[in-house]
Amino acid sequence: MYDCIVIGAGAIGSAIARELSRYSGKFLVLESQEDVCSGTTKANSAIVHAGYDAVPGSKKALYNVRGSELMEALSKELDFPYDRIGSLVICRKDQDRSELEKLLEQGKKNGVKDLRIIERDEIVQMEPHIADDIECALYAPTAAVVCPFGMCIAFAENAADNGVEFAFNAGVKEITKEDGHFVIKTATESYESKTVVNAAGVYADVLHNQVSSKKLHITPRKGEYELFDKSAGHHVSHTIFQLPSKLGKGILVTPTVHGNLLLGPTAEDIDDKEGTNTTAAGLSQVEKMAALSVKDLPYRDVITSFAGLRAHEDGGDFIIGECEDCKGFFDAAGIESPGLSSAPAIGVDVAEMVAKSLSLPKNEKFNGTRKGILDSKKLSFEERNELIKKNPAYGQIICRCESITAGEIIDAITRTLGARSLDGIKRRTRAGMGRCQAGFCTPRQMDLLEKYAHLTPEQVTKSGGNSILVFGKTK
Amino acid sequence: MENYDLVIVGGGPAGLAAAISARKDGIDSILVLERDDRLGGILNQCIHNGFGLHTFNEELTGPEYAGRFISQLLDEKIEYRLNTMVMDISHERVVTAMNSKDGLFQVQAKAVVLAMGCRERSRGALNIPGYRPAGIYTAGCAQRLVNMEGEMPGKKVVILGSGDIGLIMARRMTLEGAKVEVVAELMPYSGGLKRNIVQCLDDFGIPLKLSHTVVNIEGKKRVEAVTIAEVGPDRKPIPGTEERYECDTLLLSCGLLPENELSKECGVEISRVTNGPVVNDSLETSVPGVFACGNVLHVHDLVDFVSMEAKNAGHYAASFIKNGGESDDKTIDVVCDGKVRYTVPQMIRPLDMEDTLTVRFRVANVYKSASVVVKAGGKELVRRRKQIMAPGEMEQVVLKKSDLADADKVEFGIEEA
Repeated sequence: MYDCIVIGAGAIGSAIARELSRYSGKFLVLESQEDVCSGTTKANSAIVHAGYDAVPGSKKALYNVRGSELMEALSKELDFPYDRIGSLVICRKDQDRSELEKLLEQGKKNGVKDLRIIERDEIVQMEPHIADDIECALYAPTAAVVCPFGMCIAFAENAADNGVEFAFNAGVKEITKEDGHFVIKTATESYESKTVVNAAGVYADVLHNQVSSKKLHITPRKGEYELFDKSAGHHVSHTIFQLPSKLGKGILVTPTVHGNLLLGPTAEDIDDKEGTNTTAAGLSQVEKMAALSVKDLPYRDVITSFAGLRAHEDGGDFIIGECEDCKGFFDAAGIESPGLSSAPAIGVDVAEMVAKSLSLPKNEKFNGTRKGILDSKKLSFEERNELIKKNPAYGQIICRCESITAGEIIDAITRTLGARSLDGIKRRTRAGMGRCQAGFCTPRQMDLLEKYAHLTPEQVTKSGGNSILVFGKTK
Repeated sequence: MENYDLVIVGGGPAGLAAAISARKDGIDSILVLERDDRLGGILNQCIHNGFGLHTFNEELTGPEYAGRFISQLLDEKIEYRLNTMVMDISHERVVTAMNSKDGLFQVQAKAVVLAMGCRERSRGALNIPGYRPAGIYTAGCAQRLVNMEGEMPGKKVVILGSGDIGLIMARRMTLEGAKVEVVAELMPYSGGLKRNIVQCLDDFGIPLKLSHTVVNIEGKKRVEAVTIAEVGPDRKPIPGTEERYECDTLLLSCGLLPENELSKECGVEISRVTNGPVVNDSLETSVPGVFACGNVLHVHDLVDFVSMEAKNAGHYAASFIKNGGESDDKTIDVVCDGKVRYTVPQMIRPLDMEDTLTVRFRVANVYKSASVVVKAGGKELVRRRKQIMAPGEMEQVVLKKSDLADADKVEFGIEEA
């Protein structure tokens, strides 16, 4: 019998699992995909919002501001990439400047620090490529960019190192409550647990509705993005938002924490909870709308496009806490933007709710520090040579575009909750994420997966399941 | 820091030929740096024949062609390091490289030859909409899997782009038992060699659909279907022309991009047209003592021409090392009329050039019964009528030094009948 089963190993589930591991108990995370960070967490804007957008008093406002405050310290404790670059919400000449004032007031109410409205001259100094008709902007110096993969994987690894179990390819089919505990069935297993945390992203309504008569309804809201080569990464230096509309924060233009340039997302409500396909119309809208914010975007430097789904609940706010008519079932549902920013704070609160309900004691052995995969590019000449002498794999480049060595990839495969697929390696090391998009390194990465994850070539996948890369030997 | 007269970045066909040529010109201290685990570059995965018709007057496979150069390199006892990635080239020609054995190391070179080759345009760069499943490969990646790893990347295949690697892979996959459904090409003409269309598609009954592109990819884990559509003159898909092919694999052969990230960091000026360095008649880039040849300079269709160009680069690098790069400052531009899309070189030193100079170029469109016309100093230097010229086939003309002495520019153009 588990004390708590967390369903979903995205940013939210992983953050909750890590915070749960501060307590003494038997915990399990069930993930439907083959790896952590495989749903909404892998495809979003990768922004830590300052916290001025959300309606004061909402859960979104509360968790965003608190999450944003926790993030920087966490990024050091758990060793994931984070950069406080600041954001601008821009206002055109023909737009209503009072909307910016409202955002400023809202931000102040939410407790966001150092917000101010700046005029064109200052904007142009900060962002020389800003569109010509931008008149003023709300500047939020506390906004940041983060690596969502890095953050989620760090939470999960640290949780696992502190004793939380993880099961992958374990999509939950059925939850029932019997004799005061929960029975959770996957395609192959049945688990028992005293409590459940529902962090199942776009599927959170399906799970919730199995145990509660107070129904949730989540709509997958698709966002399409275009990602540019690092050569375009300096086109802007802050996250540039458009004035928010009913459907979200509009199309943003931002550098990523790794120095690429990112445009997106669109906002389209769809039915398919796995409809992560891009469309010609969506991508062209991304380009058209981004051009309203920033000029001279170098479209020939686009290296990939992708789509992610936000879990939009009908009520429009996060649903966090114990289910009213099903004790022991805790929701972390409807987590759309600013979900990534809020994850650290949601993790703390939900773990505390679970621990309180079970009166769990503290885990005296908890170690909150985690060392990420070494980025050998950041070492000095001498340090790097020391490392290669100790471990020659760090001298062998596998991914040319991102300069990722065999050493880093082997670490990604062999560490706690190690990578089992090309995408798993990519999200942990960035191998294959550069301008050639794994054209050169796919066969080399396959070799490493075969050797260190003990797979045959036919078992190596892009992202688990049936995403095989080869069908067997040639004639 | 180590010292070499000449460092060659890349041990593919271009790097090999440049190294051998520099050695023959008397340069003793040469170091070739190769990132793969063997010399020969992409030729190692090109196991089909058709290489060497110009150089050796016979048809060789890729590995055989590379082998001839590799044995010359070994005979000449030219130093090389494998599994070695060049990380940086400074403006002062300090080359920083890394491998497992030597670690990170630096070499001061008197001259550098850039011979890094090119990469394939990816699905992302093409911005093809749809899902992102496994089973989407660049043709070269699939070629490596089949020919070097012995693995079958697909059974039912659609190919986008009719570049030479795509055509070769259409035949290769068919011979290995896969079914190649169709080759779709965005342009109204193929980007590959005519002989490859005949030998790799026509002979196997594989349809080539010109003016078509991929408009959707289905399959959440592995490719399940690909939809292609006809495009109009604006290269935009025409609604209603969609055809859906069930398949497990999409191969992309949609153009090659010279790999000039190192060159850019070094400060080398890059042409927006070729995506390669801008060079003068000695194949020297805008950074003194840094030369370029092969596919990093501009994408070639035949390796024979890569070898010839690289031989020249090695020769010019050797002269630079011997005389310290002394030359007259005068350079003139080679100007294209648009129908000629680019030339290599883009600049000529009329006083320092050798007696003859081969200028290679590509045309921007298909021209039938048209003439290549080269003018300089008010004179027509070349007028050559061609039955057909296409972007997929590189052209060349030879210019004489004696014709250029008073010229202020050289003009390349196409005159249609």
